[in-house]
Amino acid sequence: MKQKKLFFRKFKDRLIRLFSAGAVLLATGAMIWILFTVFQKGRDCLNLSFFLHPSKPFGMADGGIANALIGTVLITLGAAVIAVPPALLAGIYLSEYKDHQKFASFLRFCANVMMGMPSILVGLFVYMLLVVPSGNFSGFAGSVALAIIMFPVIMRTTEDMLSMVPYALRESALALGMTRTRTTLRIVCVSAKQGLLTGILLSLSRVSGETAPLLFTAMFADTWPTAYFTEPTANMPVLITEYATNSPFESMHTAGWGAAMAVTILVLAINLVTRILFREKKHVR
Amino acid sequence: MFANPKRRIKIETRNLNFFYGTHQALFDNRLAVEENSIMAVIGPSGCGKSTHLRIYNRIFELYRDQRAEGEVLLDGKNILDKDVDVLELRRKVGMIFQKPTPFPMSVFDNVAYPLRLHFKISKKETAERVEQALKGASLWDEVKDKLKSSGLALSGGQQQRLCIARAIAAEPEVLLMDEPTSAIDPVATLKIEELMVELKRKFTIVIVTHNMQQAARISDSTAFFYKGSIIESGDTDQIFTNPRNPKTEEYITGRFG
Repeated sequence: MKQKKLFFRKFKDRLIRLFSAGAVLLATGAMIWILFTVFQKGRDCLNLSFFLHPSKPFGMADGGIANALIGTVLITLGAAVIAVPPALLAGIYLSEYKDHQKFASFLRFCANVMMGMPSILVGLFVYMLLVVPSGNFSGFAGSVALAIIMFPVIMRTTEDMLSMVPYALRESALALGMTRTRTTLRIVCVSAKQGLLTGILLSLSRVSGETAPLLFTAMFADTWPTAYFTEPTANMPVLITEYATNSPFESMHTAGWGAAMAVTILVLAINLVTRILFREKKHVR
Repeated sequence: MFANPKRRIKIETRNLNFFYGTHQALFDNRLAVEENSIMAVIGPSGCGKSTHLRIYNRIFELYRDQRAEGEVLLDGKNILDKDVDVLELRRKVGMIFQKPTPFPMSVFDNVAYPLRLHFKISKKETAERVEQALKGASLWDEVKDKLKSSGLALSGGQQQRLCIARAIAAEPEVLLMDEPTSAIDPVATLKIEELMVELKRKFTIVIVTHNMQQAARISDSTAFFYKGSIIESGDTDQIFTNPRNPKTEEYITGRFG
């Protein structure tokens, strides 16, 4: 029996290691490159007045992004208010009440389809549903569009997080004479609290950068977002799109980069908070 | 049949059959548990011990495809009857599980939960009864200074005794224990065994165990399950020293299982 050359076996080992390390570098490198570019180009906007003043019409100097920042927060929180309660309840239904399995798997299928739906379709849908009949773009319509995107994400994470709670905990709650509802809300949901919160925060961070659905719904305005329900409402993603693609002015390109940086920091912050919450959970267990 | 005929029968099982969907798991179980005694349920894995126990508080009803037929008489009343309120039944019949299952709340609230659930009760009385229950579970001295800290922060053995305290707080009549010490270290196991012997003065205890020494040490009577049937039941001393059925003897002497 002839022994294989050790050299080739080691060479293959090294080669695979090199490739996988290279792949990791490629992925993180792209992320770092994007972050670096955004921060480098947006850096010039890092002054207080940029964050304190509203945007101005094309061509006027000294515009800020304050109105868009507040608008984005309003629209995103509005979406959360609309989407979170029903999404949590739907997730609870899927995980805790297994009495109608066929219906549940149909719901699950719909949620998966919804998650794969292009967000611009959602924007058009809400445009037809709310904007056309009322004759107005509005921040509220934007919230509805974002809520439709959030709903399946929160529903599925809720189901997954609740499914991770051991069955023995449910049984011991029921064995004490608790009703199913009390068991679910007071014991199971409380046990999975951090997981549920994580799902909500991640979906928030995801939709806070969504642009397409807002183009048809919230639109944009250079005013403060005072009429959330009835008028176009300033927001960050559309501001970035407008400034980057539709403006001939260099100062607005720069402001666009500044706004991009602000959104990036916002999303990064939400993600970091989520990570910290999750880490706490691991400690407890 | 039993060594001490003076004691009253607390739970009597007759013609009990159990199904997981179409699969029959228990066959014509007959068993009598005396009041204020410990009944040990033994047998090889998958023989239906836990299944049998889980009928006593109807916890199996959480799963839709599970079904019990026959009679389980608790003080003469069939608990499988439709008119039995399952919430009230479960107040009377407490259960301890294999793994400790403290609720995600403080030590105090864990024990107070069933009290507040079933009774209109003042803060003062709640505190008294929580202390009583924790003392009853031999846990008071270890946790009296950390009643407000999370129940999840206790050690495994302490968590199991916390669950026992929680189960006895609302003053049940029967305690079901499904392998309560199998996930716990030997020292903590010994504590819980001593506790059980203490608890039988107030409660009727049915314990499923894989540990034959444990069954011999603490129980008054023993039931041996095999493939869903009760092969033999009776006085623990008799079962362990002079079993009637050769299958029982084979299992007890460790020839299978």
